[in-house]
Amino acid sequence: MSIVEERTGGNGYVGQALRRKEDPRLITGSATYIDDLTLPGTLWAAIVRSPEAHARIVSIDTSAALERPDVEAVFTGEDLADLAAPTVFFWKPPGVEVKVPEHWPLARGKVGYVGQAVAVVLGTDRYSVVDAAEEVIVEYEPLPVVVDLESALEEGAPLVHDEYGTNNCFEWSLGGGDLDAAFEEADVIVERRLVNHRTAGAAIETRGCIAEWRADRLTLWSSTQIPHIARVVLSIQLGISEDRIRVVAPEVGGGFGSKLQVYGEEVLACYCSRRLNRPVKWIATRSEDMMTTHHGRDHVARVRLGAKRDGTLTAIHARILADLGSYHLIEGPVIPTFAACVISGCYRFSAVKCDVTGVFTNKFTTDAIRGAGRPEGIHDIEMAMDQLARELDMDPLELRRRNFLRKEEFPASLPHGVIYDSGDYDGALEKLLEHVDVDAFRREQAQLREQGIYRGIGFSCYVEICGLAPSRVLGPPGWGMQGGYFESAIVRVHPTGSVTAYTGTSPHGQGHETGFAQIVADKLGVSPDQVEVIHGDTNTGPFGKDTYGSRTAAVGGEAMARAADKVANKAKQIAAHKLEAAPEDIELRDGEFRVKGVPEKGMALGDIAGEAYIPVDLPEGMEPGLDETAFYDPENFTWPFGAHACMVDVDPETGKVEIVRYVAVDDCGPAINPMLIDGQIHGGLAHTIGQVLYEQVVYDSEGQLITGSFVDYALPTAAELPSFETDRTETPSPVNSLGVKGVGEAATIGSTPAIHSALLDALRPLGVEFVDLPLTPLRVWQAIQEARGEGGGPRASEQARDVGPQGQGPGFGPSAPEGGAL
Amino acid sequence: MGATVRVEASVNGERRVSETEARTLLVYWLRDELGLTGTHIGCDTSNCGACTVHLNGEAVKSCTVLAAQVDGAEVTTIEGLGRDGQLHPLQEAFWKHHGLQCGYCTPGMIMAAADLLARNPDPSEEDVRHGLEGNLCRCTGYHNIVKAVQEAARAREMAAVEVPGPPRETPQAGR
Repeated sequence: MSIVEERTGGNGYVGQALRRKEDPRLITGSATYIDDLTLPGTLWAAIVRSPEAHARIVSIDTSAALERPDVEAVFTGEDLADLAAPTVFFWKPPGVEVKVPEHWPLARGKVGYVGQAVAVVLGTDRYSVVDAAEEVIVEYEPLPVVVDLESALEEGAPLVHDEYGTNNCFEWSLGGGDLDAAFEEADVIVERRLVNHRTAGAAIETRGCIAEWRADRLTLWSSTQIPHIARVVLSIQLGISEDRIRVVAPEVGGGFGSKLQVYGEEVLACYCSRRLNRPVKWIATRSEDMMTTHHGRDHVARVRLGAKRDGTLTAIHARILADLGSYHLIEGPVIPTFAACVISGCYRFSAVKCDVTGVFTNKFTTDAIRGAGRPEGIHDIEMAMDQLARELDMDPLELRRRNFLRKEEFPASLPHGVIYDSGDYDGALEKLLEHVDVDAFRREQAQLREQGIYRGIGFSCYVEICGLAPSRVLGPPGWGMQGGYFESAIVRVHPTGSVTAYTGTSPHGQGHETGFAQIVADKLGVSPDQVEVIHGDTNTGPFGKDTYGSRTAAVGGEAMARAADKVANKAKQIAAHKLEAAPEDIELRDGEFRVKGVPEKGMALGDIAGEAYIPVDLPEGMEPGLDETAFYDPENFTWPFGAHACMVDVDPETGKVEIVRYVAVDDCGPAINPMLIDGQIHGGLAHTIGQVLYEQVVYDSEGQLITGSFVDYALPTAAELPSFETDRTETPSPVNSLGVKGVGEAATIGSTPAIHSALLDALRPLGVEFVDLPLTPLRVWQAIQEARGEGGGPRASEQARDVGPQGQGPGFGPSAPEGGAL
Repeated sequence: MGATVRVEASVNGERRVSETEARTLLVYWLRDELGLTGTHIGCDTSNCGACTVHLNGEAVKSCTVLAAQVDGAEVTTIEGLGRDGQLHPLQEAFWKHHGLQCGYCTPGMIMAAADLLARNPDPSEEDVRHGLEGNLCRCTGYHNIVKAVQEAARAREMAAVEVPGPPRETPQAGR
């Protein structure tokens, strides 16, 4: 099925809102997700999980399960003693000690969170292995549990890992400029404690995998974002060389960071398959997924912001506590440090500092979820900026404008050592205000208030760090990630002129096949319909670094463009040879490689490919074939930005918040496919509206997960969300030839403070100064009651303490601005 | 395996018969026994709607129906929605308006939308949003799904064709 109207070929596909190449299989039910695959002789795996948040394992009795006729094997942690290594952890920041407790696919002696895998049951029937898992008897000796992030650091708190003598996992800092002097210079200093609570990625497809050990080789099919990284990890944990491992990501039903992981179950399935010589399949139930697919956010930050009386910013200092849960997976602790990159937002400061303390608790691991540190960082600074504006009695947008880095200042070196590539923050805000008439809104707001309707508006201006790469910054000597962050691509022209392009990135809904086909089509003068994009299989292309950190376009797209450029250059040489012209006189026009100024002398890609594969008359010394590989490692990150406005209505009788209007202006550089960009913005907005208004991963004081299903974890439905208004500015990045910056996470980063600020604006006439996230009806209603002096039952914080949700310890009241203006 | 039951049903217009475990859910019957893997599973609690199919012309969540319950009934899944190799107007509209990203919720979403249009041929945005609140999507923010459903409603009106319920009762739909 064609995605373009006419198959003219040639230039101009980049920038068009083409329909996706992926969709025909997806809308007809013919795509192949992990659970759609089953191999002959497959054994199903069911996991026995800990009901205790912290306990010693006294005994495990597997005999009843093993007696069942359809059960082939049951393994416990002890049975896996021959695994080569525990979970591989990739972050070793130079000069910083990060405590890395051993984390095995099946617990050894002790459990540290509810849901930790203790045993695996393998059998021939999908249903009966679940029955058998119920019959594995595990005796636990419960240990004291610590759930709250801040309490975990208090003297005498229960220890998640005795051997460390503390729950403090690491302390990391990034800063620059003379912080003391810059605060000294300030006339006004505001402080704000900000909570960015724990959330779930909640892809609609749960995790799952199939492992097959056959002929001394391993294949793992997994619903993962990172097949290439998974192969490295499997090699280390299983002690098998990489050449004998193939990892395939089939159609992946959403990731949002939650499948940027190599989970214990993937290693376990491989191990069991090797041991039993049968394919092993495991598909998570939703409850398993909520319990043991990594969570995100879970920060408490204290932000201190200094400015002169005229609004000129001088210094920012953020101290972030990050809840890591009890064990790490591949990289969780590095995620909060990404908040530091953007902690100074779009603004000029003379000093910037961000301290991050990672904390162990008896909860599941946190790691990257869409935005991954940047939504928290931008929430921190933008909420502090609003508070500063009020303190200075200044228009919050005027305060922002006064401190924006100007477009002529880019590339801009910031005090804490990061270099923003390009930006036009004034331009994005100006564009936003073309859509939002603030004066008209204020008039409407006043009228509505007379009718008892509380409407508020909130703004945010954001910048984000994307295009994860470059290796020399992110890698071992810099940030300390133990890996390279290049990307790879192959562009392979077939003998009759159609094209297969291989990318090292690995999609889960973004539309890589369409966007990359557009890039290649333009470079080679063919239609995107003639370009097939292959991904997610370690045996088909070169080693790649997969998809996360909004890196697909900015790193993978550039690698693809470079591979296509190499092919185009060779094609030009062949065309020049055949057409008796100089290679520099060959141009790509209307789908043909033509001699400039002589339109009748030209060759289509298929003709050139024919020459390349029947190599009887190629230029002297040229190799046959039309097939090129590129590896690309950028010089810098890319820094998308934008300006968002949110308008909400709050019902003071119920505390319910409704989004009335949302306007997003985002700049991710020139569009490859504007339809895909809008789609990413819509999805990111919904994700954050969900987080801010509805969603929270909640544990009680015993470490029991209360939000273990979609009944309790409130993903927004269509009925809770508005249609969104989106617009763009396009400021090219100088980092790559396409000028693109990345957009997958943008909306989650820009929107948290806009929504939060809109709510506070709506509540101000009711005397409410501050409410912590999430802005659930209960918390909002209680804040209103408290401001009215009407009590209204237990405060959200107190009620929270009764059931003890994580991150809701003392001091989490709906009011509680700590410090305020000094 | 526990007690089994015989299930005979018309699935996408074809007669299908099998002996299946009594506790088998419709969604597993469709997927594992009939190989119709376009219907997906996203939760254990009938919240997500990824498993939505039509049972005797009405949308149901097939994770909440036992296979045994469809004995003698007519079932339509996403694989049976298009006709004669042509996409259904909803499939066309989802494609055109980028109403899907990862695609996992899409078959259920389209089946729920078909049911909505059968009941309400000219839904407002509000109608669409409330009509689809039994189906979760994590990728699209629903924005383009709503556009797609409204466009399909218009296309359907223009073509004056029925959005199919059970195949045998509905003449040539989906052009």
